[in-house]
Amino acid sequence: MTAKETPSTTRTSFWHDPEKRAIIFQLLALAVVLLVGYYLFANTTANLKRQNIASGFGFLGKEASFEIGESMISYSAADTYGRALLVGVLNTLKVSFIGIILTVILGTLVGIARLSSNWLISKIAAIYIEVLQDIPVLLQLFFWYGIFYQFFPPPRQAIRVLRGVFISNRGLVFAVPAPDPIHAWMGAAFLAACLGSYLLRRWARRRQEKTGRYFPVFRVSLLLLVLLPLLTWLAGGAPTKMDVPVLRGFNFVGGRNISPEFTALLLGLVLYTSAFVAEVVRAGIQAVSHGQTEAAMSLGLRPGQILNLVILPQAMRVIIPPLTSQMLNLTKNSSLAVAIGYPDFVSVTNTTINQTGQAMEGIALIMAVYLIFSLTTSVFMNWYNKKAKLVER
Amino acid sequence: MTTRKKIAALAVMLILVTLPAMTSWAGETLNAVRAKGYVTVGVNGSLFGFGQPDAKGVWKGLDVDTGRAIAAAVFGDASKVKFIPLTAVQRFTALQSGEIDVLCRNATRTLSRDTAMGLNFVTVNYYDGQGFMVSKKLGVKSAKELDGATVCVLPGTTTEQNVADFFRTNGMKWKPVVIEQTAELAKAFFAGRCDVLTSDASQLAGTRAVSPNPSEYVILPEIISKEPLAPAVRHGDDQWRDIVDYAVLAMIDAEELGITSKNVDEMLKSKNPKVQRFLGVIKGNGKSLGLDEKFAYNIIKQVGNYGEVFERNVGVNTKLGLKRGLNALWTQGGLMYSPPFK
Repeated sequence: MTAKETPSTTRTSFWHDPEKRAIIFQLLALAVVLLVGYYLFANTTANLKRQNIASGFGFLGKEASFEIGESMISYSAADTYGRALLVGVLNTLKVSFIGIILTVILGTLVGIARLSSNWLISKIAAIYIEVLQDIPVLLQLFFWYGIFYQFFPPPRQAIRVLRGVFISNRGLVFAVPAPDPIHAWMGAAFLAACLGSYLLRRWARRRQEKTGRYFPVFRVSLLLLVLLPLLTWLAGGAPTKMDVPVLRGFNFVGGRNISPEFTALLLGLVLYTSAFVAEVVRAGIQAVSHGQTEAAMSLGLRPGQILNLVILPQAMRVIIPPLTSQMLNLTKNSSLAVAIGYPDFVSVTNTTINQTGQAMEGIALIMAVYLIFSLTTSVFMNWYNKKAKLVER
Repeated sequence: MTTRKKIAALAVMLILVTLPAMTSWAGETLNAVRAKGYVTVGVNGSLFGFGQPDAKGVWKGLDVDTGRAIAAAVFGDASKVKFIPLTAVQRFTALQSGEIDVLCRNATRTLSRDTAMGLNFVTVNYYDGQGFMVSKKLGVKSAKELDGATVCVLPGTTTEQNVADFFRTNGMKWKPVVIEQTAELAKAFFAGRCDVLTSDASQLAGTRAVSPNPSEYVILPEIISKEPLAPAVRHGDDQWRDIVDYAVLAMIDAEELGITSKNVDEMLKSKNPKVQRFLGVIKGNGKSLGLDEKFAYNIIKQVGNYGEVFERNVGVNTKLGLKRGLNALWTQGGLMYSPPFK
């Protein structure tokens, strides 16, 4: 620095100028990274060539010729590998998305229960957390899957729960409303109700800030969310035709089926991860000083209000970062699906790798897809974290 | 300063130049195997009759004995072998990456595996075909009656594609349940998670043999595919390929020549030049392969000929009770045929 201030007096030699030296080190580091990268790439291509193994992503357009157990989009063995992989991605998304929502709800409840002043509830929550946290998740998956196929009868002796609802070792089948154009309109009505609730909440908050008057947003929104689709259904002539599952040949035909594989995977992941989330929630709540509770109590707030208005908003700041990593854990653990036969992305990719022999490309795809999942979750949670941060006035 | 730069540039150049040299393989497979002192063989691990450890932890099976034959050929000692249990999904990657030296894991030889996957299959050690197994309670007599069935199948197998083709061809609907571990898949089938278990017929027999109630299950008459099961090696090492190939062929040729593990020592005195060449009394074969002249003798003495290995592991007197069928010698109406050892 001194050399810079007095450039004319002494010329610092090249090696003794910290700035130039820093640049040199940066360049050296870059060179090392590039060299290692080049070495790995060259080594790989050389080995692939040496063994005459096909490379590139051309296989994505070829016919997969294997069947997939469950799919959210239409798929048959005549479709391409690309579409098979897409089915896998959607299956992973499905189990992760539903899993994350259930985990957050269940984990929060257990976390709060753990801190309950009721001795029994708090102990039950503690046992739940300790037991589920300490058993490896793969074992839990085998356990739930085993329960499904060991204890439930085959489809021909299926347990009839309600009219049109059956449980067997092929999973849960239930009647669904037969397709009708009104369903699209009901969906639109539901979305409109969501938007309405959001606007209502904004308006209510502004009004409360201005006038101090409280508006029961939650109850009104709930009413809106139920009523609007219901009215649309009535306006559409109230179609009641149902697609009822019937036993034909080996299995039920019609209705909707939730497979044992999906249920076991979802159950295992949710129960396991929620135990960790419960601990995160407990830590977050305990991080809020007890003085806050006392202050809120002295203001005359009810226990539920204290939790919702004072404790949770502050606890959120502590909870969100570790909660994000638990969400990512759940997504990544969903790849254990292979063990119990749920066709997730890793399972489909494994089969693809095996049929085509292109392990490099397959593994690269797995890494890319999980990276995208993880980054998207992180970006969303970071945005939410910023929003929930303590606004200093 | 300039000298320093020169040195640095030289170092970088040196690294760049030496890089391609480092990319080539550590050496021929045979040298690598000899250096480590044992052959690493990829096997099934949970398939009775082909590759499974018994109650005492001793590996047993047709594929396992093929692995032992290779060790006997290379080291003159059938016990110098290490078995790595692999799932169907792992097996080819393990071979491609060099984790194992040879794959003896009831793998079907196909065109894409022989080419795009960079593998070379050698002589078939079991001719198989895909079948279906169902519970007797279902009352199914033919695979054509399986419309709407749920089928348990291993992932990453030719089986998985064959069954898709079969149902497509016959215009039938089906649902797969795909579980990677053979044992877990069998458990799901026996518990009734699926109506049908499909696999190579020999595997079905093996799975049924170790089931809780073998008599409750029936294998349907249809065989829907050709499954030539053969050991496989990597592309790019012809010498190693020859060694593995002739280890399998030696067992077949020995049966044809009437050489067994019991009479092999007497056969050394045989006047038949075919037998003399085979057992290394007349030298030449071993040298051509880069092995000891007694390699075939060691295989037969320590492991046995193909017929002995077949009967010991999967034959009529075992729990599998398989007949020779296609796997009989060509002289007895089968497909087992060895080129001359000369």
